[in-house]
Amino acid sequence: MDKQAFQKVYTKILKLTKATCTLKATGIGNEELAYVDGRPAQVVKIQGEEVTLQVFQGTEGIATNSEVVFTGRSPTLKVSDQLAGRFFNAYGQPIDGGPEVDGQEVAIGSPTVNPVRRKQPSELITTGIAGIDLNNTLVTGQKIPFFADPDQPYNQVMADVALRTKADKIILGGMGLSNDDYLYFRNLFDNAGALDRIVSFINTTEDPPVERLLIPDMALTAAEYFAVEKNQQVLVLLTDVTLYADALAIVSNKMDQIPSKDSMPGSLYSDLAKIYEKAAQLPSGGSITIVAVTTLSGGDITHAIPDNTGYITEGQLFLRRDTEIGKVIVDPFRSLSRLKQLVIGKRTREDHPQVMNAAVRLFADAAKAKTKRDNGFDLTDYDERTIHFGADYSRSLLAIDVNIQVDEMLDTAWNLFSKYFSKTEVAIKQSLMDKYWKA
Amino acid sequence: MVKGKITGIIANLLTVKVDGPVGQNEIFFVALDDGKLMAEVIRISGDTVFGQVYESTRMLKVGTDCEFMGHMLEVELGPGILSRNYDGLQNDLDKKTGVFLKRGEYTEALDEKVSYEYKPLAKVGDFVHAGDWLGSVKEGWIDHKVMVPFKLEGRWKVKSITGAGSYTIRQKIAELENDSGDVETVTMVQKWPVKRAIHTYKEKPRPFKVMETGVRMFDTFNPMAEGGTGFIPGPFGAGKTVLQHALSKNAEADLIVFTACGERANEVVEIFTEFPELIDPRTGRSLMERTTIICNTSNMPVAAREASVYTGMTIAEYYRMMGLKVLLLADSTSRWAQALREMSNRLEELPGPDAFPMDLPAIISNFYARAGYVVLNNGQSGSVTFIGTVSPAGGNLKEPVTESTKKSARCFYALQQARADQKRYPSIDPIDSYSKYLEYPEICDYLNAKLGSDWVDKVANAKNWVYRGKEASDQINILGDDGVPIDYHLTFWKAETIDFVLMQQDAFDKIDAQCSLPRQKYMMDLVTDVVEAAYNFDSFDQVAPFFKRVINILKQMNYAVYESDEFRKYEKEFRETLQERRVK
Repeated sequence: MDKQAFQKVYTKILKLTKATCTLKATGIGNEELAYVDGRPAQVVKIQGEEVTLQVFQGTEGIATNSEVVFTGRSPTLKVSDQLAGRFFNAYGQPIDGGPEVDGQEVAIGSPTVNPVRRKQPSELITTGIAGIDLNNTLVTGQKIPFFADPDQPYNQVMADVALRTKADKIILGGMGLSNDDYLYFRNLFDNAGALDRIVSFINTTEDPPVERLLIPDMALTAAEYFAVEKNQQVLVLLTDVTLYADALAIVSNKMDQIPSKDSMPGSLYSDLAKIYEKAAQLPSGGSITIVAVTTLSGGDITHAIPDNTGYITEGQLFLRRDTEIGKVIVDPFRSLSRLKQLVIGKRTREDHPQVMNAAVRLFADAAKAKTKRDNGFDLTDYDERTIHFGADYSRSLLAIDVNIQVDEMLDTAWNLFSKYFSKTEVAIKQSLMDKYWKA
Repeated sequence: MVKGKITGIIANLLTVKVDGPVGQNEIFFVALDDGKLMAEVIRISGDTVFGQVYESTRMLKVGTDCEFMGHMLEVELGPGILSRNYDGLQNDLDKKTGVFLKRGEYTEALDEKVSYEYKPLAKVGDFVHAGDWLGSVKEGWIDHKVMVPFKLEGRWKVKSITGAGSYTIRQKIAELENDSGDVETVTMVQKWPVKRAIHTYKEKPRPFKVMETGVRMFDTFNPMAEGGTGFIPGPFGAGKTVLQHALSKNAEADLIVFTACGERANEVVEIFTEFPELIDPRTGRSLMERTTIICNTSNMPVAAREASVYTGMTIAEYYRMMGLKVLLLADSTSRWAQALREMSNRLEELPGPDAFPMDLPAIISNFYARAGYVVLNNGQSGSVTFIGTVSPAGGNLKEPVTESTKKSARCFYALQQARADQKRYPSIDPIDSYSKYLEYPEICDYLNAKLGSDWVDKVANAKNWVYRGKEASDQINILGDDGVPIDYHLTFWKAETIDFVLMQQDAFDKIDAQCSLPRQKYMMDLVTDVVEAAYNFDSFDQVAPFFKRVINILKQMNYAVYESDEFRKYEKEFRETLQERRVK
């Protein structure tokens, strides 16, 4: 780190813990960025002359006479069009061997959009995945996570979603990514020839966990540059927010805070909301959409992380393995897109809402029939037909490897309806039946 | 003015060394290079004051000057509050500059330049007390009263009063004098500290009227009293917000104060976008004209989130003093409790359950106690009805916020995940939910007088059928369809009829979203007829198709305009269908 004239330098550390150090210093600002023995650190507490710093990389090997340099500012990112196509670490430094980015230096974690200046999200985002486009349609300016167990291919699904959307920019915030997954994203973006519209901020499992806390703010600062300054449609991918929350818990624990549910800090809701609420449809036409990943433990959504997330985000996409067809599907019961009403049947074909509801209702009947079958009860003819419909529907529409247009999804559903059911059993508005029923 | 200097900073908690006397909950400002930050005293220890800053403390330094204001957090009360969008500290969000909220930007709550048509209600020489009406101005469609300031104690005499005309809010309306010769000048505006209740009414009787909401699960099954309290706990995705929006659109209140406390910004945007377009059927004017929004969404500063519910309550109390029926909604009080938890944690207080502060139940019950039906000094009445939502962690109703609220609120509308999964909306649990007001003889008398002497019994009977239906369904699931007598299926489907026709309601359908009391009674009578009748079935598999048909026809009635030809047509079809199987 180059020393500059206005920076304050100290060499006497009073207290050291695993993640923090305390020293006497004056004129220091809250949340100011500093370097302790060259390692980035941030002010988390000031008590009179005593300043406590959180050292992102941990304090191993730091001595009481190590040099502490205060920078006089909170963490920043240099933003410009040069960000496109580049890979950075949690501090916004290039990790792809390329040159430093030139641009305007802006503080990360900027204030929130005034609620009265927001616009109602209204633009459809298509992904080709029917479990999303048909049943849980996404809208620009929305924030939505995938809820998935660690063994499910959530990063692949998310990458598919990213590359198929027509977003102007895709910002990847990787928190605790395995090195393999990092290389997967890199190769995928490279091969897709999409590198020039992608910016990545990466913290891998090889990096210190506390550094992850900077990743969402870095990613969203970059996103705001493109959405606000350039009026672009920006898609932000955050994976895995559970690991981000774990890092919050580490810091809160080191700061002697009393944990609340599941050992998470009491401020978890606000901490997560600060990230997710950056999703917005801006008055100038730009937008920030956030698609995140929250890994679950054994499908448990009552754990504090998915639970708080669910209260913040506009729905969730729930991945699970359907044993009937042996594939991962987007669960139509536990998934929800709260904003889909704004676009379905309006930006998509008129029959979309009714077809979606009828198919999910019949799939629910299939689940009931399966329970009956498993409990050894006799099945009616209707039960048999719903079970067959369920398997077909799951395979041709819910599975995550589906990649078709919305109209084709609707036609597929109509085909399945007429294959297994009578018109009265499907119970869709007569006028739509007349127009779309496949004889 | 007392001054101080910052000695410590942890997140938004400051310690400040002061040079004079300060009060608990006093407001102070922290000087910035380009403005100032608002903060509140939350603990005092010698000459060290602990304060919570309502905004980000980034790059704040020790040694920074603070200035103490000598009063608690106040709101400005006067004409011009209606249809505004405020933040938790009563800043007018529409007056703020730029797309992003700037730190330290505070805007006027009321418009100083707007003139209001005023006419006096009091005369020179009248004796008045705090809260009495001195004059009236037109604020939209309501008669906004200019009142004797709530802070004045004892008896005052009207020394002078301004004649009718057009005035701005800061112009003199009256001069008052008390027995000791103190003189007070009254304008259209007064200030009031949000954490104190406005008490200047004559009495607060037990609620005795029902507040119609147009939602059957409220009005028919768990009625909310005018001036009553209730809460809606529910896991995410159970439909809390849709239900609150439905209440704010359809409830039979003069005014709605909607506090968006720590929830999603896009939900507030929905109100901003939709409400101006929607017409209030009672007044024929835009719904926005009776609505005030206090908006402190989840990413806005946490300390101001706590203030937002109090700001909403104070505005509601203010309009209650004008003899108006106010409905206050808060979504969600759990976020408010979490704000209290964050601060309690930073103050290193010993935690209660789930790290919430020990006095959480007391804070919540004090807040709920501010609602109520009141009789004013002049004999007129006004009310604040309060309905809050609670977001229980993990959907578990045994958590501290739900339990504390249950002790204070009189109505409990538990949203159930299982019902939401089945798309049975509103997903209010038919069995666990309750309205304590049904235990009030006054309320029962009121309902029976309005809806027939056996109304309350009819409702109890319907609830009982739902309960029996659940028992029957449990048995059917254990023993199988053909393992139980046909009667079990009959009981189950009678309960389903009540559920589908009376309990479920389509908040997105123009007609069904708002169901009048006479209509609720009419449908209750039809459904009572269905469940009390005897039927003739040869085997269990005839029961479901028959009742599905009956339910479908009754639902079509719900979707038709009340007493229209279409409504009558379905009713006729319903009666014919019923005859097919009915034996008496």
